This record gives sequence, structure tokens and C-alpha cells, in this order.
Amino acid sequence: MTYQLICGAEIHVELKTQSKMFCGCKNDPFHAPKPNLYTCPVCLGMPGALPVPNKKAIEGTILLGLALHSQIAEVSKFDRKHYFYPDLPKGYQISQYDQPFCLGGYLDTSFGRVNLTRIHLEEDTAKLQHAVVDGQKVSLIDFNRSSVPLMEIVTEPEIKSPEMAKEFLKKLRDIIRSLGISDCDMEKGGMRLEANISLTRDGTLPHYKVEVKNINSFRFFANSLDYEFARQTAILDKGDTPIQETRGYRADINSTVSQRTKEDAADYRYFPEPDIPPLVISHAMIEQIRSRLAILPEAVETNLIKVGISPSAAKILAQTPLMLTFIEQVKILNKKFITSAANALVNKKIDANATTPQEYIDSQVNLASSQVNDEAILKPWINQVIANNASVVSNYKGGKANALGFLVGQVMKLSGGEADPHVVNELLHDLLN
Amino acid sequence: MNKQALIEQCYDRIAKYERDLNAFITLRDKKTVLAELTQAQQSSSPLSGLPYLLKDAYVTSGIQTTAGSNILKGFIPTYDATVYSKLKKAGAILLGKMNMDAWGHGSSTENTDFGATHNPWDLTRVAGGSGGGPGAAISAGFASFAIGEDTGGSIRNPAAWTNTTALKVTYGRVSRYGAIPYVSSFDTVGPVTKTVEECAVILREIAGVDPYDGTSSPEPVPDYVKGLEQSLRGLTLGIPTEMYGPGLDPETKISIMTASKEFEKLGVKIIEVSLPIAEIGLAAYYLMAPSETSSNLGRYDGIRYGQGRDNFTDETIRRILIGTYALSAGYYDAYYRQAQKVRTLLIQAYAKVLQQCDAIIMPVNPTLPPKIGELMSDPLTLYLADIYTTSINPVGVPSLALPAGFSKSGLPIGMQLVGDKFSEPLLLSLGHQYQQVTDWHTRSPEL
Repeated sequence: MTYQLICGAEIHVELKTQSKMFCGCKNDPFHAPKPNLYTCPVCLGMPGALPVPNKKAIEGTILLGLALHSQIAEVSKFDRKHYFYPDLPKGYQISQYDQPFCLGGYLDTSFGRVNLTRIHLEEDTAKLQHAVVDGQKVSLIDFNRSSVPLMEIVTEPEIKSPEMAKEFLKKLRDIIRSLGISDCDMEKGGMRLEANISLTRDGTLPHYKVEVKNINSFRFFANSLDYEFARQTAILDKGDTPIQETRGYRADINSTVSQRTKEDAADYRYFPEPDIPPLVISHAMIEQIRSRLAILPEAVETNLIKVGISPSAAKILAQTPLMLTFIEQVKILNKKFITSAANALVNKKIDANATTPQEYIDSQVNLASSQVNDEAILKPWINQVIANNASVVSNYKGGKANALGFLVGQVMKLSGGEADPHVVNELLHDLLN
Repeated sequence: MNKQALIEQCYDRIAKYERDLNAFITLRDKKTVLAELTQAQQSSSPLSGLPYLLKDAYVTSGIQTTAGSNILKGFIPTYDATVYSKLKKAGAILLGKMNMDAWGHGSSTENTDFGATHNPWDLTRVAGGSGGGPGAAISAGFASFAIGEDTGGSIRNPAAWTNTTALKVTYGRVSRYGAIPYVSSFDTVGPVTKTVEECAVILREIAGVDPYDGTSSPEPVPDYVKGLEQSLRGLTLGIPTEMYGPGLDPETKISIMTASKEFEKLGVKIIEVSLPIAEIGLAAYYLMAPSETSSNLGRYDGIRYGQGRDNFTDETIRRILIGTYALSAGYYDAYYRQAQKVRTLLIQAYAKVLQQCDAIIMPVNPTLPPKIGELMSDPLTLYLADIYTTSINPVGVPSLALPAGFSKSGLPIGMQLVGDKFSEPLLLSLGHQYQQVTDWHTRSPEL
């Protein structure tokens, strides 16, 4: 049986404001010289302390919403989300439930559009550290991160492949960085990913979803989709339905493991945060924030120069949306053709209206006839990909024909785009059958 | 009297009578306090050097703060509540932290882990609650004034039962920063004194917007003292007939009717109005209040504040359970959301009445102060003690509680004047001029 992957993403991003979300403490958890340095009664959840929202964090969230074509709420509010955990000093997290700052919006990828459900703002938790002190196993809590502004971007279940996921996430990260609202440092947890994954046969949304957490790279996100595709396929093929549950991605074994099932799903008992009055977002405020989007081309220009495009070409591209989109697609499809594509566009050798980025790349590849089709060079790459993707390989051997495409893609990536995909396809097919 | 003599006199009275009353949770050492007086910031404030008390709901750095619960026994805060900072700045001298129903849960100061507070007018009776400590102490002359906290009557109920004067301010008028919350959207910070004039003096010092409290109001702070003598001629006081129904103690009713005659003599017009909201107000209050308190108490999980959850009293556990239930998935719409709709109705009902009159005159408590133990035996009776006070907090309007007479048995009777939001100047001038022509507030208990 063949299935279509359906994935919705939840992306948490720490905003790089000067101060924390609800107090004046310094927001710099990654560079704090020692734990619990940037704390006060508010972010420690001391009795009687009150939260006052950070205007800059709200503006940053609205800025992203505007960049992603979201509808900005005229009236928004914060809510309390209750659960017990040692890293949550108040017994609740201040979040947004039914009136987030940004509703809807979208981001286009070369595989199609991904619509957004919402973007809301909340506070981060403290950080638990499990350590051994004086021979005793202890859990330590560092509140430097407690109440750091945290933006959550939720997408509709419209991501259909690992490749689409990666492109979407990279584009989102680039936009957030270019807006200057977050560094999106994945390694330190400044950007955190969760995937809601299910499989459908007829395109309709099934009655279950599997939530995968602890994903800290775009590659792992794609890997978890691959893994879940295979795992859920096996269950569905047997005529069963996968359990609705939360699973954790484990990079060491490149798989997901069950963490908790629906039976103990939390009831967060949301209610409006009484310590923060509802926020009215005026048209004037939105327009003022929107004006910050206008300075974006300069940032775009800088980024283009960074990837090797000449300043004069970068200037033209940054001001020509059609060309810019073309270059962005080329960047995703095959980085090494960015400069030649930029020059071709600026010098009007090609027309972005008449040629697709893929066509352009193909033409370049053929022109150069630089594609590697020598088995002796290709084999080591192929072997390495097979070794690195054991689960995908077993999926393929188990009858999932479309897993081969993924493996071909991996070889292409490894070769820096120089391998001849047709030859790679043939070789892989022979090797695995 | 010089300030040192005044403070020493307070300590003398405390030494004599505190054993009977049990008004304090923490009494500060006299030497420390007197040293503080000599070092107190020079201030032109009329509160400079005056001894005062805080309900134990306000955090005070370096001084134990318990909110009346063993959960926080031994908790020494690291920061100051805004009201405490402001009074410090004005040069007022804190003598101690006062007894209260734990977390504000009660109307009798019996639901405290530090022993019930007794009524100075009859030691076998309760002093009211939740701020029984501040009420009893001011009645007994332990300090010049106290700061209470009113969520559903916690300032007004003890005032009426101890013959003190106290003001429940407009929500947002005084910063809540550092007030350990009971119901965050109802909690208000206000003065407990002997006279209305003193309330005005204190409110002038503690009112105003606070950058640390997003719900504090930017409304300018008028000179409450200057306004006390404004003419009352042409003002209208409304008597909501429903608030004088069968459940009300007859002597209380007579006292308030007599008081309304005094207001008439002062040129105030008295009219009957309709405010049929006491019952639904109470019902909605006892859904909204437990909901928020269940959230506010979640942090006392035993990880950070020493004592575990087994230290919550039965009454507090009851409110946490009701609140948790009302906020749970599947019940939220039937309870919490429904109660919020009632809140809107209450706001509309008060707005309607306050279009017909400038202020409302009504009882504070349905009965005279009960014997110790009476209210604790039945939670429903306990909740009914709040029937005239609770509806005001969801609306957010101010209410001044002041003495209106005594029962034949010699127990104090109080009344409350309720006005529109930020009508404190009006309520204070009404109360002050009433106290110029009556002497109930000047009477002290024989201890």
C-alpha cells in the first residue's frame, strides 16, 4: 500500500530581546557566566511577583507575522497554561491560547505552499541539569532561561516530504534571522522543532497523529519524517492504526521512541492571565512595525554578498522580487550555481519568467557536462549513503519504492550535486535488489 | 505625642492584649523597630514615624511572610511589596505582620495555621476575615493604621465586626506587586484605620500606577484629604432593597437605616434602588475565586518553599479542588465561562444602579460576629457571610466600610458605601462627614 506523508510543524524560537518576557532581567541565557544570574522575583515565580509583558517581544512576533502574511490580532491576550514541572516555577506557563498575536499566514517552498495556523508568544522554562554533586545524583535548575521570550510558529499539516520540511524550515529560519529577532541557534536550543506526523492514503487527514519532540536540526527533522513514515506504514499495512502519542527523536539511533500516550495527556486548564490586561494592537502600531519590513532588502543584499554574489548584482537582485525568488530557489536546489544564476539574471542572459530554476540548473549541468558518471567515483558515495541510512534502506527493501528517491538525493548531496542522478539511481537499484 | 512614645505605647498595648487577641503572626522586635525610627528617611509625609501593620499577605524582605499558611512558615522574602516600599519611603514604621485566613480563604481568621484571631469586643467571637488580624489590632490600638487586602470582603468584613474604618479601593488603584494573590483579578490593597480621614491620608500615599503591576491604573491620584470637605448637597444615596432582605440581622438593618437619616441631614437625597444580584454574585464569586486561587497556589509544590502540599488546610484544599474542576476541559464552559458571563451581568447591574444614584449604602455582613467555631463547622455558612461583599470585587468598584452603630449586646455594626470606579473621593467625603456628626468610630473596646 502507498501512503502520503502529512506533517505539521511546531517551531519554538527564542527572541533576542534585551530583557526577558515579563521582567527586566537580562535575556542572555547562553552566555551567562554562571547559573541563576539573570533572575528576579518575577522569573523565579516568587509569591506576589507580577508579570509585565515585553513590548519588543510582542513587536518581534508581529513583525514575523507580517513577513509571513499572517493576520495580526486587533485584540490579543495572554493565558495561563498549567502543568507541574520543576523548571516551571509558577506551576503555569504564561502563553497564548485562543487569541494569539498572529493568525494564519504562509510560506512558499519549491514543493508548494505551507500555510501557518498561528504564531504566538510565551515564556521559556528554566533549564534542568542532571548532575552528580558530592557523589549524589541531583537535578539542578538554572533560571537564566526562565521567562525568556519564546515564539511558537504552528503550521497546518501541509508538509508532504522530508525535503519539503527541510526547505520550509530553512526558509523560515533565514527569514527570522534576516528580521533580526532571533539567532535561531539550534545547538543551544534557541530554535526547537516538533513534528506532528501521520500518513494518509486518500489525502484526507487521518484521526491520529504522532508528535515527535527533541528534534534539534533540520536533518533530524527530515530523518524523523523518514523514520515515522516507515514505522507508521508497517502498522497501517497490518490493518492497525498507530497510537496517538508523543515520541522523542533519538539522533544516536536515528529513530523515534515512545514517550507518552494519550491516556496521560495533560489538561492544561487554560484561562486568561489575570495579571496582564488584554492587549489592543492599533493599526498605527502594526504599520509602524510593518515599516521595519521595508528595510529588509538591505539585509537581503548583505546575505547575497555573503554567498558570493557581487555587490552590484546583489543590489539589483534585492530590489527585484522575481529574480530574488529565482535565486532563493537555486540556492536550495544547488548552491554552486548561485553566482552564475545571479550574473545570468542581472545580465539578462535568462528570463526569470520564462525559465524555472530547475531548468536553469539542468541546462548548466548539461552545458558543463561535468556530471560524474564514473562508477569508481560514485560507488564510495553510494556505499556511504547506504551505511548512513539503514532505516531508509530497510524501508526500500521492505517494498517502499519511493525510499530510493531519498537515497539518490543523499548521494547527490554528498557529491555536491556533481553526480549524475540517473546513473546513481541505476547503481542504487542494482545494489539494493 | 512624639513618635517614639507612640510606638512604645503600641508595644505596651500589644504586650497586654495580644495574648487574648492573637492578631499577629510576626511581631517585630521593639529594639529593631525603634532603631528603624531613628534611621527612618526624613519625610514630609504625615505618615512619617507612624507605627503600622501589614496583613501577612505582603512580602517584606528580611521579614517572615506566610499568608497565614504553614506552607510559607519561615519564608523570608527577598523583595518588598510596592505598598511596603511606598510606606517605607513615607517613613512609616512597620511593627508586624498580621493574622489572616490562609491565602485569604475565609471570613473569620479561623482558617489560619497560626490560631484564630479573637474579636476585641467579645473574645469568644471571631474578628472577621480574612483580615481579622489587622481589624482586631487597629480596634485594640496596636498601631496607627494597618494595610489590609480585599478580595471578596477581607478588608470590609473585619472592619464591620471590629468597629474600624477600612477602604476597599477600585481594582488597580493601588499596586498589587508583592501582594500574595488570592484572586488576581479581584485582589485590592487598602487601608484599615479608626477614621475615614486616616484612610484618605494613607490612600494618598499608596495609590498610583506601578511599572511592576500591569493591572495598576494610570488614573491620576487626587488629593483625597483635600476633597473630604466637599459639599454633599445634591448627592443621592441608593438603598438597594434586595440587600435588606430576610437574611439580614434586624439590628444591622435598623442601624443602617438610622445612618441613612444622618446622611439626609447632611443634604444627601436617599432613594430606593434595585440590585438583585447578591445570590448570583456570591455563586459566581465562589467559582471565579477558586479557579484563580487553584492556579495561584500551584507553585507551592514543596520544591521551592520547604513545606509540602499536605500543609494546605481543608478549606484551601476545597477551593483548589473546586477551582481545578471549574477550569478542567469539559467543565470550563459550564462553570468558569458561565461565571465570567455573570461577572459581566454584575458590572451592568452596578452600572445601572450607579446611574440612578451617586453611591449605594448597604450592609457589610448579614450577621453580628459569630462565636469562634460557628462558621468553620459549615463551609456554606462561611460563604454566606460574604453575601454583601463578594459581588463588589468582580465589578472592581470601591467600597468604604465604616462603623454604623452597636447591637444591644454591644457588638459593632458596620455599613458600606459603594461608588463607581475611582469614586474614592466621593466615598471618603461621605464617610468623613458622617463621622463628623456621629461617634461610633471613636468607641474602643474594653479589653
